[in-house]
Amino acid sequence: MNLLEIKGLRVSIEGREILHGVDLEIGYGETKVIFGPNGSGKTTLLSTIAGFSHYRVTEGEIIFKGQDITSLPMDERARLGIGLAFQRPPVVRGVKTRELVGTIIQKRGGTEDVGSLAQKANLGNFLDRDINLGFSGGEVKRSELLQLLAQRPDLVLLDEPESGVDLENVALIGSLINELLEKTHPIKNRTKSGLIISHTGYILDYVNADSGYVMYDGKIICQGNPIEILKSIKTMGYQGCLKCLKN
Amino acid sequence: MSQELKTKDIYQRALLAIHKPAAYGDDVDLENFQAPLEAEHPPEITAEDQQRMLEVGITRETSQRSGTFIQVDNRPLISLTRQEGIEVMSTSQALAAYPWLEEYYWKATAVDSDKFTAHAGLNNADGYFIRALPHQKTVFPIQACLYLVREKSIQDVHNIIIAEEGSELNIITGCTTSHQKPGLHIGVSEFFIKKGARVTFTMIHHWAEETIVRPRTNVIIEDDGVYINNYINLVATRSLQTYPTADCRGKRATARFNSILVAPAGSKMDVGSRVFLNGQGSNAEVISRALTTGGEVIARGYIGGHAEDARGHLECRGLILNDGGIIYAIPELKGTLAGVDLSHEAAIGKIAEEEVEYLMARGLGRDEATSAIIHGFLKVDIEGLPENLNKQIDRVVKTSQKEHL
Repeated sequence: MNLLEIKGLRVSIEGREILHGVDLEIGYGETKVIFGPNGSGKTTLLSTIAGFSHYRVTEGEIIFKGQDITSLPMDERARLGIGLAFQRPPVVRGVKTRELVGTIIQKRGGTEDVGSLAQKANLGNFLDRDINLGFSGGEVKRSELLQLLAQRPDLVLLDEPESGVDLENVALIGSLINELLEKTHPIKNRTKSGLIISHTGYILDYVNADSGYVMYDGKIICQGNPIEILKSIKTMGYQGCLKCLKN
Repeated sequence: MSQELKTKDIYQRALLAIHKPAAYGDDVDLENFQAPLEAEHPPEITAEDQQRMLEVGITRETSQRSGTFIQVDNRPLISLTRQEGIEVMSTSQALAAYPWLEEYYWKATAVDSDKFTAHAGLNNADGYFIRALPHQKTVFPIQACLYLVREKSIQDVHNIIIAEEGSELNIITGCTTSHQKPGLHIGVSEFFIKKGARVTFTMIHHWAEETIVRPRTNVIIEDDGVYINNYINLVATRSLQTYPTADCRGKRATARFNSILVAPAGSKMDVGSRVFLNGQGSNAEVISRALTTGGEVIARGYIGGHAEDARGHLECRGLILNDGGIIYAIPELKGTLAGVDLSHEAAIGKIAEEEVEYLMARGLGRDEATSAIIHGFLKVDIEGLPENLNKQIDRVVKTSQKEHL
């Protein structure tokens, strides 16, 4: 049994169909990466898996740990083990990062120290600040990963984890993702799975993915070795993918 | 002017203003309320009263308080101080003890400002006199309670607070009532912050649905003086209008106002904060958070920059949770000199679904996420607030959410 199985997923936003039938499987311990141009539906796919109310599933199903979660509220999905690092998370004024991280740990029944977790993400000085208020691009990403470290999800959804992050921070972000995905464990012992969206693919310099997909106009049009796909996109662009598809 | 003439002058001016409507807020017919009466017997504070007082920060356990003052209706009941150099007594006692106090009496607030100040003036309103002697600092907060017991009556209060040079005062005033019947609270507070002194004044209101409330607060801040005003009202109040005003007349004088308001249906709260930056390098920060679950809030703010290098920022945020709720934010800035630096931001909205879902994505239920956002919205980082009071505000906010949401 796979951890996640998506079958024939069609998703609309305000009556407009964005995903036109997506199939995807992620096994336990597997990491997959989705490439695609802006507007291709990558974020819609991740947001639909996470359960945002704005995204309406018109057809298909999402099976997680053998359970149909297509209609499940997002908090229940989170408690089942789905965690999302947002690309552009909102500011939540008045709610301190420390409070949220503490609440997440508590909900999971964990006992980790908030301060120690924050040190890992180099956010020790940010705990008493309102969530995401005045955070730089890198700080936002590290804060998202800090929250996932607290949540310890079985399926880690990462939406453009390297965008807006300077080189120095990309390495730290890569190592946090590797921790979340248990990349330091022997392959056969890994249980955590990941689905990474990347526009540029830079994150693959730091995080190994088992396979890659290309998404275009709401469909997955290619699947294969992630490094090869990235190389091909870098040389021929997404137009190259379309030509390949026609051939 | 002799003492007698001064008193006569105050009386005459008050008499002329007794029908003068206030500049803001609904007019109130004072005839609808009974004239203030001298209590024949000192009222007793029951266990129930104590519980109500506790809700506004007034504790019976006074070991953690530098002073305590309790006034029931128009009669000061308890005034005690536990710290050398800190004076707590009734205004009438202080006027009798200190002839020099006449120089402060009705000097920050004009007795003829409106019918409410006039009423307090005509009735020789009593209240608390709190003074820190030069360079004395309160170890614990001083607590003061203004308690309204008699139904359909007017509570007149006149407070005078003096922080002498280099001193520090931390005052918590809790105002509440023993009943749900109509009543009118008039509270005049005159603050004098001397050179380098610092006053943190936290007022927690917990009136009844039928109470009309008209506080009148004026503050004079001298060189390097700091005044921090925290106002918290989280329960239904039929009609509340207040516009405390600070005159930063000293060089580098600082005034900060934080207001937290929750207006359930049936409430009308017209609450503002006004600062005149008259001293060179003086500065102000005015922050207000208003949440309505059906009531009406007028959130005013005014900063006037009239001196070199004066700086001020005004922030007003409103959250409308239920239909029928109204928030009217009126931020005003006035600069009359090159070099002043004044800014404001105002926003009124609903709870952002995006924020709720963000927290839900971390495993918080919808109600839990909404509650965290409301709590965060109302929780202003109030500088100088004692930790125990912060915890209490948290508790009041949570209770208020349960009651009204």
